[in-house]
Amino acid sequence: MSQSEAGMSGMKSTRIDALFARLRQENRPALVTYFMGGDPDYETSLSVMKALPEAGSDIIELGMPFSDPMADGAAIQAAGLRSLKGGQTLAKTLKMAEEFRRGNDTTPIVMMGYYNPIYIYGVDRFLADARAAGIDGFIVVDLPPEMDEELCIPALKAGLSFIRLATPTTDDKRLPKVLENTSGFVYYVSMTGITGSALADTTKVSEAVNRIKRHTDLPVCVGFGVKTAAQAKAIGASADGVVVGTAIVNAVANVLGSDGKTTADPAEAVATLVRGLAQGVREARLAPAE
Amino acid sequence: MNKPIEPNSFRTGPDEQGMFGIFGGRFVAETLMPLILDLEKHWNEAKTDPAFQAELQALSTHYAGRPSKLYFAENLTRHLGGAKIYFKREDLNHTGSHKINNCLGQILLAKRMGKTRIIAETGAGQHGVASATVSARFNFPCVVYMGATDVERQKPNVFRMKLLGAEVNAVNSGHGTLKDAMNEALRDWVTNVENTYYLIGTAAGPHPYPELVREFQSVIGKEAREQIVEQEGRLPDVIIAAVGGGSNAIGIFHPFLDDKNVEIIGVEAGGRGLDGIEHCASMNAGRPGVLHGNRTYLLQNDDGQILDGHSISAGLDYPGVGPEHSWLRDTGRVKYVPILDDEALEAFKLTTKLEGIIPALESAHAIAQAVKTAPTMGKDQIMIVNLSGRGDKDVHTVAKMMDMEI
Repeated sequence: MSQSEAGMSGMKSTRIDALFARLRQENRPALVTYFMGGDPDYETSLSVMKALPEAGSDIIELGMPFSDPMADGAAIQAAGLRSLKGGQTLAKTLKMAEEFRRGNDTTPIVMMGYYNPIYIYGVDRFLADARAAGIDGFIVVDLPPEMDEELCIPALKAGLSFIRLATPTTDDKRLPKVLENTSGFVYYVSMTGITGSALADTTKVSEAVNRIKRHTDLPVCVGFGVKTAAQAKAIGASADGVVVGTAIVNAVANVLGSDGKTTADPAEAVATLVRGLAQGVREARLAPAE
Repeated sequence: MNKPIEPNSFRTGPDEQGMFGIFGGRFVAETLMPLILDLEKHWNEAKTDPAFQAELQALSTHYAGRPSKLYFAENLTRHLGGAKIYFKREDLNHTGSHKINNCLGQILLAKRMGKTRIIAETGAGQHGVASATVSARFNFPCVVYMGATDVERQKPNVFRMKLLGAEVNAVNSGHGTLKDAMNEALRDWVTNVENTYYLIGTAAGPHPYPELVREFQSVIGKEAREQIVEQEGRLPDVIIAAVGGGSNAIGIFHPFLDDKNVEIIGVEAGGRGLDGIEHCASMNAGRPGVLHGNRTYLLQNDDGQILDGHSISAGLDYPGVGPEHSWLRDTGRVKYVPILDDEALEAFKLTTKLEGIIPALESAHAIAQAVKTAPTMGKDQIMIVNLSGRGDKDVHTVAKMMDMEI
């Protein structure tokens, strides 16, 4: 991949901005879907990725596998290990995005994972290749604002979004620091804990979303613990987007036999789940909030 | 790799961002960031608070048994025929290793911060035992994460922890060793942020842990410095310590870092040799990367995935190292060398027979380097080896290596 496209689109509206502008008109939250790149192998995973927008996903979070995912629960840990065992690398995850882009130039792709594989790939090379592959932004779990010089600032300079996690421990005093270099949207982690835990109380989540919105005009998406269409609907009443990860990863895992071979089509299993979730976010604002 | 410019002092780090050169930092999830900032605030207050220091001092003396002795290993010295070898006897501390120094300091911090629950990771079980001990003493519930492989090879320590009232959680991910235990402890911490204090066992992790663990362990080097001057009238020529995460090593090294004439050697686990992947010599065979909250030398593949490594010693079985060691390596102030499993085992047996001291397998790595270095030195030269822990916990592992049943 080359850096040929770099430097052109710094000012133009990003795919993420365009999406949220459209959804504001439709008065519905975004469905943000996470899947693990390369799980259980490259081709299967690419078919899952292609199925996501068709089934109603608005933003794709493309998981970058890491050997030591410290903020993830058992499901995503296992998915990452399957992916690595299947030969996935950061280079292949970028290639997957590039292949996807050939057939879809509108759905935003946000790469999500941990810093070390990016650091080893080389930050400048990574940003150039990510741009060329049609990536829109990054969520890097172990890079808080204190480490912005590492990747966040270079990413922003390259015209890519850096999406920050805000958590229940991010109080009003700290929020401005967290939001300072955030772009695209804010990812609110609904509870303290790892991915795949039980969903937090929706009233508390709604209060937290409103608190963040007092500090920023960026869309606020909520994740960690959302598994069903009903939950997506409830969270989507107040949030600008609902993130689903573990449930999708489980949908893939559920059609893998003990030998690792698929017992049914993972893309179809994921699509079935996502269609339900998409229905949920489309109903989120039909009834007046209580 | 370019050698950084040599600083005026090797003892001023880390900087305000928690960096030692390019190493260290705070690479943690946002959920943990406010906790780490809070810890830093309390630590900065505690380290200059005379009451805190006095309480730690009293516990060190009357509970842990400090100062630990500096023992002239006369038989080993005669056997090797070179430098005079002294052992800094951290094995004589309460709980049997240097780990208690750090645990006493951190449990006082936890108390000061109003935390009500302790979590810890452990490899060999020495830190787990020390954590369970101070938790019992200060009446905290304590959860220890330990790799399933280590639970198996360190059974006596697992039982000790349970006796002391700790809950020991075996971790099955990865190879079931220290790295995996640390991942699981971090997952617990990110879940139980309100009440839980994470008592990290080595001089690694996000800032301020590397600094505060070093400060609590530096008592080793401060004492050794006074003791060697008292016994020999001068500073040593060589200091050797084993490096896993590196807390016993940084503890004895740090007070000597600006003494240019003191050669300092850190010993990494060479496992079954550096050619393959069955070792834990991150500074000899790894490269800088980011894991567990800090940037440091790591064993990893070309894709930045962390390798599991191997060592006969559970306490050295970690693919990373504390960030200050990485910096000391790159500046050239400390030389880091590997010792193989077999060499450590020989040193273990030699020390047991000649000195009547059963060293921990971790410490046996340092002694094995002394076995190599001492004969190359003059008889008027002096070496201090940090005997970081006692080897009772390792007798099962050693028996297995010797094809014996106990």
